[in-house]
Amino acid sequence: MLIIGERINGMFNDIKQALIDRDPKPVQEWAKKQEEGGARALDINVGPGVADRADAMKWLVEVTQEVSDLPLCLDSTDFNAIEEGLKICKRPAIINSTTAEREKIEVAFPMAVKYGASLIGLTMDKKGIPKDSDSRLAFAMELVAAADEFGLPMEDLYIDPLILPANVGQDHAPEVLETLRQIKMLANPAPKTVLGLSNVSQNCHDRSLINRTYLAMAMACGLDAAIADANDEELIKVAAAGEILLNQNIYCDSYVKMFKTR
Amino acid sequence: MAVNIIKEKSLAKVGQVKLGATKEEGGTRTVTYTVGGDSALPFHHFDGEIANRPIVAMEVQDIKPNWPETLTKHFEGVLDKPGEWAKKCVDEYGADAIYVRLEGAHPDGADKSPDQCVAVVKEVLDAVGVPLIVTGCEVEDKDNEVLTAVAEACAGENLLLGFAEQENYKSLTAACMVHKHNVIARSPLDINICKQLNILITEMNLPTERIVIDPSIGGLGYGIEYAYSIMERARLGALQGDKMLSMPILCTVGKEAWRAKEANASQEEYPGWGDEEDRGILWEAVTASALLQAGASILLMRHPKAVELTKRAIDQLMEDNSY
Repeated sequence: MLIIGERINGMFNDIKQALIDRDPKPVQEWAKKQEEGGARALDINVGPGVADRADAMKWLVEVTQEVSDLPLCLDSTDFNAIEEGLKICKRPAIINSTTAEREKIEVAFPMAVKYGASLIGLTMDKKGIPKDSDSRLAFAMELVAAADEFGLPMEDLYIDPLILPANVGQDHAPEVLETLRQIKMLANPAPKTVLGLSNVSQNCHDRSLINRTYLAMAMACGLDAAIADANDEELIKVAAAGEILLNQNIYCDSYVKMFKTR
Repeated sequence: MAVNIIKEKSLAKVGQVKLGATKEEGGTRTVTYTVGGDSALPFHHFDGEIANRPIVAMEVQDIKPNWPETLTKHFEGVLDKPGEWAKKCVDEYGADAIYVRLEGAHPDGADKSPDQCVAVVKEVLDAVGVPLIVTGCEVEDKDNEVLTAVAEACAGENLLLGFAEQENYKSLTAACMVHKHNVIARSPLDINICKQLNILITEMNLPTERIVIDPSIGGLGYGIEYAYSIMERARLGALQGDKMLSMPILCTVGKEAWRAKEANASQEEYPGWGDEEDRGILWEAVTASALLQAGASILLMRHPKAVELTKRAIDQLMEDNSY
C-alpha cells in the first residue's frame, strides 16, 4: 500500500500562508513528518486562490525536494502548473490527475510518457462523478485504452474510482469497492488503483475510524495507493496489517515498524 | 511480427556480502569472495544478473569428528591437525573456503577454552589463504565466550561467524560490529523469524551487507522441501524489495546430508541400497544441488567427491542461459 501524504496542500491554512510568504519551513516540516509517519510519496497541491499556479507549484516542488527524496504527486487541474513541476522533479513523479475526457487524456498521457511519470486517471468526465460502478468502469476502460494508445506502461496508470463522503453519498461506498475489484480485470498487467481516502469521511464524525475502516475494505478489493493522512497512526497500522493479511508482505513481529521505515 | 520476450522484472536485488580480507584490506587472505547480488531467481540469467558464483566451503573441526569411515578416509592423518586438514581441503579438494566448526568447545565434550579455540582458528588462517567461516559448539553461553574471543583475535580478517539466533544474537552481533566480521543469522525453518532476526540484528546497526541467512535446512529426504520453499520465499521477497529478506543464504549441507541413514548405513545391512560411499556422496551432492536451485550462496560440505560434483554443477549453472 502506497501512502501518498496529503498534507502539502494550499487548502490547509499553514501551507496557504507559507505559499504567500514563500516560507519553506511549514512545507518542509510536513514533508519530513509525513515521511516519518509512513508516507512513501507526497501530494503537492497549491490549493485554491493562487494567482500563478505554475510558479507556486515550482516553489513547492523545490522546497520539498530540499528535504525529501520521496516521489512527488503533482496535484492540480492546471496541466501547465503540473508540467512546470515535472520539469524540476528529481525522481519520477505522479501526475494527479486527468479525467476520462478525450481532450484531457490527449494532454495528460503524452505528458506522463514524456517525463516518465505515473498518472492518476479519474473515472469521470465533465458531467461529474458517476453514480454506479458500471459507469465508473466505462471511464476506467477509456483510461486503460488511452494507456495502450499513448504507450504508458499499465503499471504506471493509477485509476481513482472517486469516493464521496459517507454522509453525502453513502451509496457510493460499495459502488467504489466493486469498481476497484473490476478495474483489476480490465488489463493484464492490471492498472493500479488509488483513492483520495480522506474524502470518504469529509464532515463526518470520528473521521479516522471511517478512513481506516474503508482503507481495509478497499485494500481487500485491490486498492494499491491512497492519498491520505500519513500521520494518522491507526490508519498506518491498518495499512501495515492489511499488507500482511493480503500476503503482500512476509510477516515479521515488527511489521508496523517495517511499513513505516521501508 | 517480432516476438516480444517478456522478462520477469525485479524491483530489487539480493544483497551482497564479502568474505575475507586481503593484506591491503587489513587481513591476511590471498583470495576473497563476494556472494549474493542476484537480480533474478537462481540461475535465471535470462531474467537478470546472476552476479556471483555460489561458493563451497569444506568443514574442518577442532576435534576428531565422529564421521563414517567413507568420509574420514579422505582426511587420513590430518583429522587431528586442523591446519593441515584445511590445507588438504583447499589444495587437493578445491574448497573455495574453509568452515571451522569448534565442536571441541562443547562443555560436555573436550570443553576447550576460548584461547584454545582461537589457536585453532589461527592455525587454519596460517595454513590456507581462503576466507574462513567459523561457528561454535552450539551451546549459547560457551559460544558467546568462544566466538567473542575469535572475533577479537582475528579482527580484520572479515570472517563469517555463527550462529546468531533470535534468543541469542546480541553478543555475537556486537562482536561482529566491533571487530568487523560478518554474522550468520540462523532461524529455525521459519521465514517470519528469519525476517524478524534480520531486523533485530540491523537494529543493532550491523549493516545488511554483513549478514548471511541460515534458514536451517533438512537433508534430502529429511525435510529439504521445507527449506527449499522458505529459501524460495526469501528470494522472491528480496527481489520484490524486502530488504530484511535480501541477505545471501548459507546451507549446512554436509551436516544434514551425513545425518541421513541413507548416507551412512552399511551395504551389509542394506545390500539393495548399493555402495555405501557412492550413496553418501550422492546424498550430499543432491542435497547441495537442490538447495543451489533454491538460492543458496554458501554451501558447507564434507565429502571431497560431493564437493567436486557440486562445483561442476555450479559451473554449468553459471553458464549464461539468457536469450
